[in-house]
Amino acid sequence: MEKFNTHTGTALPLRRSNVDTDQIIPAVYLKRVTRSGYEDGLFAAWRKDPEFVLNKAEFKAATILVAGQDFGTGSSREHAVWALQNYGFKAVISSRFADIFRSNSLKGGLLTVILPQESVEALWKAVEANPALAITVSLEDRTVSYDGVSLGFELDDYTRWRLMEGLDDIGLTLKQTDSIDAFENVRSKLKPATLPVK
Amino acid sequence: MARTLAEKIWHEHVVRSVQGEPDLLYIDLHLIHEVTSAQAFDGLRLAGRKVRRPELTIATEDHNTPTQNIDRPIADPVSKLQVDTLRNNCAEFGVRIHSLGDIDQGIVHVVGPQLGLTQPGMTIVCGDSHTSTHGAFGALAFGIGTSEVEHVLATQTLPLVRPKTMAINVEGELPAGVTAKDLILAIIAEIGTGGGQGYVLEYRGSAIRALSMEGRMTVCNMSIEAGARAGLIAPDQTTFDYIRGRAHAPEDWDAAVAYWTTLTSDADATFDREITIKAEELAPFVTWGTNPAQGLPLSQNVPDPALIQDPEARGAAERALEYMDLKAGTPLKKIAIDTVFLGSCTNGRIEDLRVAAAILDGKHIASTLRMLVVPGSARVRLQAEAEGLDKVFIEAGAEWRNAGCSMCLGMNPDQLAPGERSASTSNRNFEGRQGKGGRTHLVSPLVAAATAIRGTLSSPADL
Ligand code: SF4
Repeated sequence: MEKFNTHTGTALPLRRSNVDTDQIIPAVYLKRVTRSGYEDGLFAAWRKDPEFVLNKAEFKAATILVAGQDFGTGSSREHAVWALQNYGFKAVISSRFADIFRSNSLKGGLLTVILPQESVEALWKAVEANPALAITVSLEDRTVSYDGVSLGFELDDYTRWRLMEGLDDIGLTLKQTDSIDAFENVRSKLKPATLPVK
Repeated sequence: MARTLAEKIWHEHVVRSVQGEPDLLYIDLHLIHEVTSAQAFDGLRLAGRKVRRPELTIATEDHNTPTQNIDRPIADPVSKLQVDTLRNNCAEFGVRIHSLGDIDQGIVHVVGPQLGLTQPGMTIVCGDSHTSTHGAFGALAFGIGTSEVEHVLATQTLPLVRPKTMAINVEGELPAGVTAKDLILAIIAEIGTGGGQGYVLEYRGSAIRALSMEGRMTVCNMSIEAGARAGLIAPDQTTFDYIRGRAHAPEDWDAAVAYWTTLTSDADATFDREITIKAEELAPFVTWGTNPAQGLPLSQNVPDPALIQDPEARGAAERALEYMDLKAGTPLKKIAIDTVFLGSCTNGRIEDLRVAAAILDGKHIASTLRMLVVPGSARVRLQAEAEGLDKVFIEAGAEWRNAGCSMCLGMNPDQLAPGERSASTSNRNFEGRQGKGGRTHLVSPLVAAATAIRGTLSSPADL
């Protein structure tokens, strides 16, 4: 995973709440067996509409998505994170994320930032007034800043450290193999097993 | 220390707990399917890792498998590649798989309980958000992403932050004709699509106790639609009776029941949030919008966005009505339906088929619509055929299909055409979920059957 420290880019104002993962990437795009190439599927249905904000020239190069409340609800498909990343997004800002989407994003290095709804509104207005507005998301300082405004956000120390070091969870957990072995040694014998087939 | 049921199960599975880090949780059962696993197996291969506990892992094919001509190769080459990839991965890594045509093939959340692999007190995960279904047995079960699938394959654990707990007390008796589906749709409408976010929901109260296992699975299944990653119900005699005699039921039955009986929230445990719902006040429920919280009793009218105070909710309602092509004030019962879909991991079990068949028996579906009946698993299909339900559906003019997710998400050929409107027993009414441009109304199996007969959204009482 790529290390994340600070990212500066322009933003895409997506004034919609409840953007579910079926909208982020429809099921027909999930048949691939790779982790890349999903950019075409990103918001596929909405992109058919030439007025959709992602189709506007001034927002095409955006790398920070600013979305309404409850972003990423629905299906657990991590393809939603890949589609955003494949398209070029580095961070998503919303006042509330669905749990699975958020954990998928933070595992894969797409920074999801929670800001109060008023700040999201202010950010939308600022970006709509000036699509070229440079926005900096700093994981180091846990801030989003633009135009003299600096907004703090919360992220637990552990996740922040993991993202800044670009560490993947599996490698970290495998260092705890002794603990897993010990747990398995005392694990209840009542639990079912799938093998042998009965 | 007094603990809620979710906290007890969590506590029993902590492999490692360190201040400032997520807990490392042991996973008792890992279910996999073709859509969210390929990249995870690839990751293992690249890193030269093995599946740590193949005997705690099971795979089935469900999401993009066809429901017709299943003895022929899958026609869509991309779907075929994905299914073949799962088969090859399972063979390479020693994972048990139930492929199309196998008696235990079916929707992953129907297959686990049916085999007796889903039991109280377990931690269960799957790369699918409706894993919450298994919570009906008093298990802590939740959906995960593909990175986490890889993590569980490699380590049989997951690093997780302990969720908060919410009690949803449903007291009293459900009125006749009101089902578990209506109950959960009403709960979601009440707390919203983000209301359960960060919580494990525990459904309690006399109305929950009175539900069958099928009904409990329907309720827990849709916990995710309220934003909760998991929902559960304390096990009781209903749970034990369901598991008894199944292929993987515990050999030491008495010891298992003795353990399972301890799995309740302590009387003095506190939940982070608690809500109470009166069962008597519930009615058949349908959705009118494009998220599962946009629902109302069937007797009401399409809401008027202008009357919604919150600007965010108003905007969402306006957009939803536009997408759904509905006018404010239209009685929900006047909405004409093109396709009725009976199936999915929410309502594709034998009991769901039975209640729908009882209504369709001797009647015919409206000439203006088609009805698809898709059993949740191959065994459900066989059971239904043994009971003659297939004949009831076919004689009523419905299509009797093979098991899978089918039109729940329209990844296989079973899709709505653009503009088509469905009454669906599945769990998501998102834009285009059942096919590009398709419009979905979520309903119970009873409403689905009555709607099929009348052609417009209806409950059995309208027949
Ligand atoms: S039936 Fe629908 S909700 Fe259930 S697992 Fe399949 S696609 Fe997901």
